[in-house]
Amino acid sequence: MTWEEMLPLLWPATLETAQMVGWSTLFTALLGLPLGVALVVFDRGGLRPVPALKSALGFVVNIGRSLPFIVLMIAIIPFTRLVVGTTIGTAAFVVPLTVGAVPFFARLVETALREVGTDVVQAAQAMGASRAAVVRKVLLPEALPGLVAGLTVTVVALIGYSAMAGTLGGGGLGDLAVRYGYQRFETLLMIVTVVLLLVIVQLLQSLGDWVARRLSHK
Amino acid sequence: MIQAVGLRKQYGPTVALDGVDLRVREGEIYGVLGQSGAGKSTLLRCVNLLERPTAGTVTVAGQDLTALGDRELNRARQRIGMIHQHFALLSSRTVAGNVAFPLEVMGVPKAERARRVGELLELVGLEGRGGDRPHQLSGGQKQRVGIARALAGNPSVLLSDEATSALDPATTQSILALLKRLNTELGLTILLITHEMTVVKSVCDSVAIMSRGRVEESGGIAELIRTPGSRLTREIFPLPEPAPAGSVTLTFTGDPRQPVVSEVVRRFDVDLSILGGSIEDLAGGSAGRLRVALDGADADAALAYLRGTGLIVEAAGEAA
Repeated sequence: MTWEEMLPLLWPATLETAQMVGWSTLFTALLGLPLGVALVVFDRGGLRPVPALKSALGFVVNIGRSLPFIVLMIAIIPFTRLVVGTTIGTAAFVVPLTVGAVPFFARLVETALREVGTDVVQAAQAMGASRAAVVRKVLLPEALPGLVAGLTVTVVALIGYSAMAGTLGGGGLGDLAVRYGYQRFETLLMIVTVVLLLVIVQLLQSLGDWVARRLSHK
Repeated sequence: MIQAVGLRKQYGPTVALDGVDLRVREGEIYGVLGQSGAGKSTLLRCVNLLERPTAGTVTVAGQDLTALGDRELNRARQRIGMIHQHFALLSSRTVAGNVAFPLEVMGVPKAERARRVGELLELVGLEGRGGDRPHQLSGGQKQRVGIARALAGNPSVLLSDEATSALDPATTQSILALLKRLNTELGLTILLITHEMTVVKSVCDSVAIMSRGRVEESGGIAELIRTPGSRLTREIFPLPEPAPAGSVTLTFTGDPRQPVVSEVVRRFDVDLSILGGSIEDLAGGSAGRLRVALDGADADAALAYLRGTGLIVEAAGEAA
């Protein structure tokens, strides 16, 4: 295969991956952040301890985390159809990607928030800050570098998940690797796809590290 | 200003506070002294209800905090400043941002906040450092930021949780001097807990000594020093215990240059040897403790004379 033949295949596939990962990252952040905050706030010794609620949330999160992504993807097909109206194509796979990544990211949010010292939380409470103010003005800003690091790890995981989506009709670089690398033995295209993924992941990770470092004032 | 009555705090079977009463008068610096685990930190955190006592009431500036709901409690806390052993500054904010935090919580408008932050930083000697990050400051400077932040809401009461324990001796003294100044200039009532006697000696008007969740003794420092056998006296002026038989321990407050000893030797036929002693400058004046041995025909008369001079005289072997 020549470069002229490969490029028209690689470019759209990369765009599809970017779309799937981009949208699902956005939705994961929007849903995972409050879930992670809830896991910390409702915990025993948290700002508003409701241990039963925390256990329930933790249980749901663990279910999400224990299913292999390829199984989850198939299992929630009815739900995907309900949300987007179809189960194939890039848009359809934003749903399982988000469902798969939310519990993952929520746990990372939880860990990042727990890193915030109890002394600053209590200092804020001693100053008369309400629970909402403690979350908004102390927990989230203080944990921001950790949250960015967590989001970076999540994006990288989503790129991995999105490759599996390719095998079920989601398109993207994973789909390309299956159709050309696996089914047609196009070794060169396979190598190019691998290198491309490596470079994308590497760039995203460096970007995330850089932002996290800039935000950290320790 | 602060009154705690019958405070108990239990964590499961562990009793951290076992019926503590505390009365801090307006405008005084009150020290709670004790070793770690004595319950002093729990006591302090019960005063602004960071810990809710299992039993008992806490009244600050005439308001019974234990009776308040969440919202009123938050409002009351805005009038109670607190400083912390490890400063508890937000690393995500600048120095000015940290001082502005309580003002934001109180809903003070932005322009007013900036003005007030400037004032507060000047008050603690950090003018011009508002743009710095906490990690760029020394320990003493961080605690000054903590103090500025604690004063933002014009509190009537300042709680200090081992505020100098993470600082070196010279910095400790400068922070204590600042607290003393705020106490005098702003009439700020300060309740501080510490395990360091130097803190009590240099700034406190009154003290409570805690051990195993109870207050062992409390009162004005001068008054406790004049109380024979008080634990405070023994800890401020360490002399070998028990006192050797036949020795006499004299405790005096006020002018350390009263010529009592030479007076006794001149008037009575006694030999007086000094076995040990020390003089300390305290917040309320000096005080000293001297252990002597009196020998000679007039020893009993000399002892009686000493008692008559207003010194606290403890003869070894006597009940305190």
